[in-house]
Amino acid sequence: MTATVSLAVAGWVALLPPELASRAQFGWTISVHILFAALSVGLAPFIVYFTWKAVRTGDERFARLRSFWTKVFAVGFVMGTVTGIPMSFQFGTNFPRFAEVAGELIGGPLAFEAKMAFFLEAVFLGVLLFGRERVSDRTYVLSAVLVGVGAWLSGFWILVVNAWMQTPQGFELVARNGMDVAVLTDPVAAFLTPRLSWMYVHMVNASVISVALLVGGVSAYVVWKKRDAAAWRTALKIAVLVLVVSAPLQAVHGDAYGRHVEDTQPQKFAAMEAHYETGQADLHLFAVPRDPSALTDPRAENLFTISLPGLGSFLASGGDASAEVLGLNEYEQNPPVALVFWSFRAMVGLGFLFIGLALWGAWRLYRGRLADSDRFLKAMMVTSPLGYGALLTGWYVTEIGRQPWVIQDVLKTSEAVSRSLTSFEATATLVGFVVVYVALIAAALLVLKWLVEEELAELGAVDPPNAGRDYLPWVGGDD
Amino acid sequence: MTDLLPVDGYLVESLPEVWFAVVVFALGMYVVLDGFDFGIGMLYATREEEDRETLLAAFGPVWDANEVWLVAFGTMLLAAFPPVYSRLLADNYLLVTGFVLALLFRGVAPELREQREDEDWQRAFDRLFVAGSTLAPLLFGVLAGRWVFDVPALSAPALLTGVGLVAVSVATGAAFLAAKTEPALAAELRDYGVLATLGYLGGVVALLATVVATDAGGAAGTVLSAPAAAVVGLSVLAGLVGVVLARRGQYRRWLASALALPALLSVLLGLLLYPQVYPPTGLTVRAAVVSPLALNLVTVMGLPVLLLVLWYFKFLYGVFSGPVSGSYGG
Repeated sequence: MTATVSLAVAGWVALLPPELASRAQFGWTISVHILFAALSVGLAPFIVYFTWKAVRTGDERFARLRSFWTKVFAVGFVMGTVTGIPMSFQFGTNFPRFAEVAGELIGGPLAFEAKMAFFLEAVFLGVLLFGRERVSDRTYVLSAVLVGVGAWLSGFWILVVNAWMQTPQGFELVARNGMDVAVLTDPVAAFLTPRLSWMYVHMVNASVISVALLVGGVSAYVVWKKRDAAAWRTALKIAVLVLVVSAPLQAVHGDAYGRHVEDTQPQKFAAMEAHYETGQADLHLFAVPRDPSALTDPRAENLFTISLPGLGSFLASGGDASAEVLGLNEYEQNPPVALVFWSFRAMVGLGFLFIGLALWGAWRLYRGRLADSDRFLKAMMVTSPLGYGALLTGWYVTEIGRQPWVIQDVLKTSEAVSRSLTSFEATATLVGFVVVYVALIAAALLVLKWLVEEELAELGAVDPPNAGRDYLPWVGGDD
Repeated sequence: MTDLLPVDGYLVESLPEVWFAVVVFALGMYVVLDGFDFGIGMLYATREEEDRETLLAAFGPVWDANEVWLVAFGTMLLAAFPPVYSRLLADNYLLVTGFVLALLFRGVAPELREQREDEDWQRAFDRLFVAGSTLAPLLFGVLAGRWVFDVPALSAPALLTGVGLVAVSVATGAAFLAAKTEPALAAELRDYGVLATLGYLGGVVALLATVVATDAGGAAGTVLSAPAAAVVGLSVLAGLVGVVLARRGQYRRWLASALALPALLSVLLGLLLYPQVYPPTGLTVRAAVVSPLALNLVTVMGLPVLLLVLWYFKFLYGVFSGPVSGSYGG
C-alpha cells in the first residue's frame, strides 16, 4: 500500500509505464476493496446472531448491538459496492489480454457472483436497513441470513477465479482472434481447482478474525469508558470466544496450506522463505535485517535470523528434514522477493499475536474477570485494526508471490496489460484512485469514530479516571 | 458435467443470439432501474431540504440492488463474449474510469451525508451526489454511443446518446417520484419530467438523423429498417402518452410508460449492433462467442438464477411499494 502511494506521488511528478501503473492501481484498488469485502464476510454472522437474538428474546443488549453493527455493516457495504464496481471493469480496462485469454474460464464464475451473490446481498440489505417496519420478524431475520449467505457466496465465486489463476486446470489453449485463449474442457476441474478450498477456508476465517478483533476493540473501548455497559460486555465476550476458536485454527490451517503452496507453486514458496539455492531449506522463525539492504534483498547473509535447520524442508515435504526445496535461482524471472518475504513474516507474526491475545482473553473469561483489566482492554483496542494488516499481507504473499505470472505458467502479467494504454492515462487514473480511496478510507474511519462516540453519548459514559489518552487507533484526539 | 452438457454444439442452435439478447436485457434492466436513481439524483438539485429527505428515502432501499445490474451486464458480457468485454473497456479507458468514479461518488454521498447534522458537511455531499448522478448517465451514454456507432467521444452521435440518457433518466426519475410522493411534490416534479421526456424524444430524433446522414458505424441502413423504425415509433408514442398521463395526474400509469423509454432504447441498441457485437473491430456474435461447452454451462447455471433475481426484485419493490416513508438510513 505504501509502495502504491509513493508510486502515485511519483506519478504527480513523472508519468509511469502503463504496466507498472496498472499493477499498482490494481493492487491498490483491490487492497482497499478487500477491507470492505472482508468486513461484510466477517460481520455477517455477527449481524445474523445479534438480529436473531434481538428479535427472538427482545433482549435490549442485542437490539443495541444489532443496531450499532448494522450501521457499520451498511457503511462498509456501500464502500464495498463502490470499490467493487471498478474491480469488475479493471480486468478489461487495464488487463484486456488477460480478460480475453481467461474470459471463458473466469467469466462464468464472475457472472455467477453477480447473479447468485450480489443481488442477494443488495436486495436483502435494502430490506434490513429500511424495512424493519414493513416486514414480519421472520422475514427480517431471514433477510439478515440472506445478506450473510450473499457475502459468503460472493467470496466463494471470486476465489474460484483467483484459485484458478494460481492452479489453473480444466482448459486447453486454442488460437482464436489472433491469440491463444483458454477454452473450457472440464468445468468441474476448472471451478474446483486444488487451491480453492485452501483459499476459501483461509480467507473466510481471516475475515472472521479481522472482524472479531474489530468488534473486540470497539467493545473494549466502550467498556473501558463505561464499565457497566451490559451490551458491550457481552459483545466483548463474544469477540473473545470467536477469537479463541478462529485464531489457532488459522495457524494450524495456514501451516498445511503452506505445504500445498510448496507442492503447487514452488517459486512462491521459495520467495516466502527467500530461499535461493536449491537444497535443504531452513525455516526462519524470526528475521531481522542486519542492514538496510536486507529490506529490499532479504538474503541469509544480510539477515539476523533465528532458524530451525531443515525445518523448511521438513514442512514442505511433510516430514523429511533433508528434502530438497527448489530455490529461486532455478527461475529466469522472480517475484519481488522482499515484498513476499516480509509480508509473509508480518502475517505469521500477527497471527501468533492474535493467538496470544485470544488465550489471554480466554483465561480472563474463565476467571470471570474479562472486562476488569485495563491492560487487557487496551491490548484489545490497540490490536483492533491489525487483523486487516494480516489479511492484506497474506494477500500480498499470494498475489505478489505469483509474479511474473498472472495465470500460473500460462500468461505473464506483462503480456496481459493493455497495448493501447498510454502512460498518461494509466498514471492519471492511478493518482485519481489513490486520492479518492484515501478519502474513502478516511471517511469510513470517521464514520466509525462518530458511531462509537454517539454510542458512548447514549450510554451516558463519562471519562474514566485514568483517561490520559485514547487507545482506539481511529478515535484519537484529546478529550 | 461434460457428460451432461454437449461439448461440440450449443444446447439450442441459436444460443449465441440468445446470449446476445440476455446481455442486452441486463443492460436494459440497468438503464431502466439505475436510470431513475440517476434521475432522482439530478432532481435532488432542484429541491429544498425538507424534500431532500423524501428523495433519499425513495432512493435508499433500491439503488444498490439496481446498480448490481451493471455488474451483471459486465460479467455476462465477459462470460459470453470475452473479446468484446476486453476491447470495449480497453478502448474506452478514461470514459469507463470516469464513469465508475461518478458511480462511486453517487453511491457514497447519501450514506456519508446522513452521518453528520452539519450543514457544510451535508452540502458537500449533496453536491457530490448530484454531480455523480449527472455524470454517470452522461458518460455511460457516451460510451454506448461510441460502442454502437464507432465514433469519437466528442462527436455528435456519442454526445447525443449521452445527453439522451441523462434526459431519459430525469424523465423516469420524475415519474418514479411522482408515483411515490404526496401530490404537491409530485406536481412540481411532473413539469421536469414532461420537459425531460420531450427533450429526450427530440434528442433521439436528432441522433438518428445524424446517424443516417453520416452512416456512423454503418448503422444508417439499420436505422431505416422496419424493426428499428417500429422501436422509435413506440418510443415517441410512449413518450407522448406519458406526457398526457403526467398532465392528468395519473402518475402510476405515467411511470409505466416512462420506464418503457429506456427499455426501448436498449432494444434499439441491440438492433443497431446486431449481427455485430463490436462494430469498431467488426466482431460478430458468432465470432466473439465462447465455446459451446462454456456457453452451455453459463446457460444452465446462470439463466435459472436470473429468473430468481427477477423474483427478488418483485419482492423488494413489493416491500417498498406505496408512498415513500421514513428517511434515508431506515
